Amino acid sequence: MLWTEFNNNTFVDPWGDFERLNRMLSRVSSQNNCEFPAVNLWVDSDLSVVTTEIPGIDSDDIEISVIEKSLTLSGTRKADELKDKEAFHRRERWHGKFSKTIELPFKVETSKVNATFKKGILNITLPRAEQEKPRKIDIKLD
Amino acid sequence: MSVATNEVEKKEAKLYKGAERTRAKRVYTPAVDIIEKNEDIFLIADMPGVDNDSVEVTLEKDTLTIYGRVEPEIPKGLRLTESEYGVGDYQRTFSLSDEIDREGIEASVKNGVLRLTLPKAEAVKTRRIPVKAEA
Repeated sequence: MLWTEFNNNTFVDPWGDFERLNRMLSRVSSQNNCEFPAVNLWVDSDLSVVTTEIPGIDSDDIEISVIEKSLTLSGTRKADELKDKEAFHRRERWHGKFSKTIELPFKVETSKVNATFKKGILNITLPRAEQEKPRKIDIKLD
Repeated sequence: MSVATNEVEKKEAKLYKGAERTRAKRVYTPAVDIIEKNEDIFLIADMPGVDNDSVEVTLEKDTLTIYGRVEPEIPKGLRLTESEYGVGDYQRTFSLSDEIDREGIEASVKNGVLRLTLPKAEAVKTRRIPVKAEA
């Protein structure tokens, strides 16, 4: 496919080929690979919500810590242990220790952070710190 | 064995050639572990967002299909600014051999993980065959 594209050009533009190659490479690298657990971040002017999929873990095994603008999720997802004479036919599920830090768009009111864990989905609500909230400034009239 | 990395990626489920989906939702292939035990085959599938009521396990002839419906929860009035995973249903199909006792299949979902127990039929449970030594 690439070669026919090259050969069809009677006048060869070397930079055009580079550009094409660059586009192809960026398409490969921009695939959705990310560190476990995958995170979605939802934002508003004074609230942010982080959702993440961590199936097969107990809520006690997840540690959430917030310092100013960064949120860290850590924990361990245990693998099923094999007993005698048992064997894996297929093993695709991720397991092990994880620790992931996410940068939030603003400082967080740490005392008001709320987290729920349902059906393997962790949902963390992080309100913006009071002193950081945008303030409306009235214009004085002379 | 693959190298242990932290990288995860949700894969979209494949469609049969020429087929189209009737719903706008995405469908993903859940990651599974399959463990063979002495008495049964144990299948574990990661399906976050799925619970006991939204999972369907169907067996038609030799084809075992697991399907999990996910109701996406969108925080009201917020904008999605960073997205590492997509939300959608889960589907995966397996082809079973005759050695499974179809009546005894059991399924349960906990914390978004489906666990299926497929008991082996009586005939194929490990039998010890004594080897007679020649005199």
